[in-house]
Amino acid sequence: MQLKPLARSLAVALSIVVIAGCSSTGGTQDGDSYGSQDGSSMGAGTSGAGTGGQYGSTTGSGSSAGQQADSRIPEVRTIYFDYDRDTIKSEYESAVMAHARYLRANPNAQVVLHGHTDERGTREYNMALGERRARAVQRFLNIQGVSNSQMSVVSYGEERPAASGQTESAYSQNRRVVFNY
Amino acid sequence: MQILSKVWLFCALLFISSAASAQLTIEITRGSDQALPIGVVPFAGNEGMSEDIAQIVQDDLERSGLFDPLERSAMFEKPSQADDVEFGTWRSLDVRYLVVGRVQQTGNSYQLQFDLMDISGQRQMIGETVTANANDLRGAAHYISDQIFEAITDIRGAFSTSIAYITAQGLGDNMQFGLYVADADGHNSQQVLTSDQPIMSPAWSPDGRKLAYVSFESERPAIYIQDVATGQRVQATSFDGINGAPSWSPDGRRIAMSLSKDGQPEIYIMDIANRSIERITNSNSIDTEPAWSPDGRSLLFTSDRSGGPQIYQHTLGTGETKRLTFTGNYNARARYSPEGDQIFLVHRSSRGYQVARQDLDGGRLVVLSDSTRDESPSVAPNGTMVIFATQQGNNGVLSAVSADGRSSFRLPAAQGDVRDPAWSPFLN
Repeated sequence: MQLKPLARSLAVALSIVVIAGCSSTGGTQDGDSYGSQDGSSMGAGTSGAGTGGQYGSTTGSGSSAGQQADSRIPEVRTIYFDYDRDTIKSEYESAVMAHARYLRANPNAQVVLHGHTDERGTREYNMALGERRARAVQRFLNIQGVSNSQMSVVSYGEERPAASGQTESAYSQNRRVVFNY
Repeated sequence: MQILSKVWLFCALLFISSAASAQLTIEITRGSDQALPIGVVPFAGNEGMSEDIAQIVQDDLERSGLFDPLERSAMFEKPSQADDVEFGTWRSLDVRYLVVGRVQQTGNSYQLQFDLMDISGQRQMIGETVTANANDLRGAAHYISDQIFEAITDIRGAFSTSIAYITAQGLGDNMQFGLYVADADGHNSQQVLTSDQPIMSPAWSPDGRKLAYVSFESERPAIYIQDVATGQRVQATSFDGINGAPSWSPDGRRIAMSLSKDGQPEIYIMDIANRSIERITNSNSIDTEPAWSPDGRSLLFTSDRSGGPQIYQHTLGTGETKRLTFTGNYNARARYSPEGDQIFLVHRSSRGYQVARQDLDGGRLVVLSDSTRDESPSVAPNGTMVIFATQQGNNGVLSAVSADGRSSFRLPAAQGDVRDPAWSPFLN
């Protein structure tokens, strides 16, 4: 998976722009341009960082749970975990199965599984726990027949909380894996 | 994907300290009852200048926890040189040491003359003149603090050092992250990097010139190395999975890190010059948060190989690995003291996550901090203080505690979260 020449020249061009402008925004936003290096152009082409839930519903919200659902990215894109656990809770199995069906039916579809933890504990250790959660989902999908080449895993640890505060309610919303297409 | 590991030279980032959220202010939260009483008399000729030299020195000394400064309102004499100090006057105020000084402007620069007096011994300990430009008066004051601190305690002062830290604002998809460097007293904060993707785990090179850190700007984690003064930076890693927890070797040539490219996170050492990596751990568990010993011979790391996270020490060369922590079921992210004889770590007690110290020759674990959500301890280069991240209300703030736990102070920010502090090495 080498960087596409286009993306490369784009990145160079952007760094030139940054050198020219050298504005207050610092040097990182341009880095996003070569984040899409696998160029699969799937989905809405968002930068896909965080809760995917608000993306992809542009095709209308009225969902019918029929077989034709396999042609559409499943709507439930976030599943939640118990404290210090990476087991997929039974209440989310059907949601994960729907993603498995979709990915099997659409072999060109790519999903990035984002693993997240709550804020308790150290940051880098939580990075590892978030990865463990995302990998548990990846394994589950793989057992359901989804090719590993369709899936990748990025852990955000506790760095991108969905809810703030030091309450169990906030913590439980943050312990999650998000499906990003 | 190899292209990502290519060297990227970015333009020198302008240091803009515009963001009010990054400005830190100091609050002393716990004073030691064994602090030495000292008087720091306002410097003669300081009126009308941009910085109050004596106040900066006084605040430095108080923050160390080892000094208890006399309030200015209690000073009914204001001598400015050694010859004018009446020892009896200051003895009656129970002051053991006295700092007096004066400022003279010559053109664009200032001459700061200061004397340190031992009141009980009735003698002068220091008489020195410092020259400073108008824009480096704070630096000159910190230098004076360093001299006073060392003359009295026999410990090298660390007031002229810096701290790096991360700021974060927002939630979920709408977040802004910043990497900042500030003076050790929280002043002069300068933005090193901003991103709408997470930045974490800043680590100083041993010469204090560079920071290694983790940035998600490519939508996955990678380790970057950035020259703080010029802004020039390179991407050091772009492996699949976690690229995390960088820690420099004492010789500055290698970086220990955590990589999960082969499954679970394992500890690796990268040679910075040729980017070769050597795998250090090999287990079915999480191995992360490496920290290099000051003598370069061993690494601390966190592993859950025994169940929950605990601290292990790996001896380089022999490969011998020893578990160090046995108190409680959560001990993580350890750092060596500068002497290498103690470790500072995050310990989960019945109250929550706290900063703790453990002596390496079989000592017990001592909790130092008193909050419930403390993390990321980083030790001052002279070993006297440990800075860490904690919560104040709903905000992350930086706090520091003396290595003996007796005194502490806090550096709250105006808004947003401040976290992941890293205390620089000595810079002079």
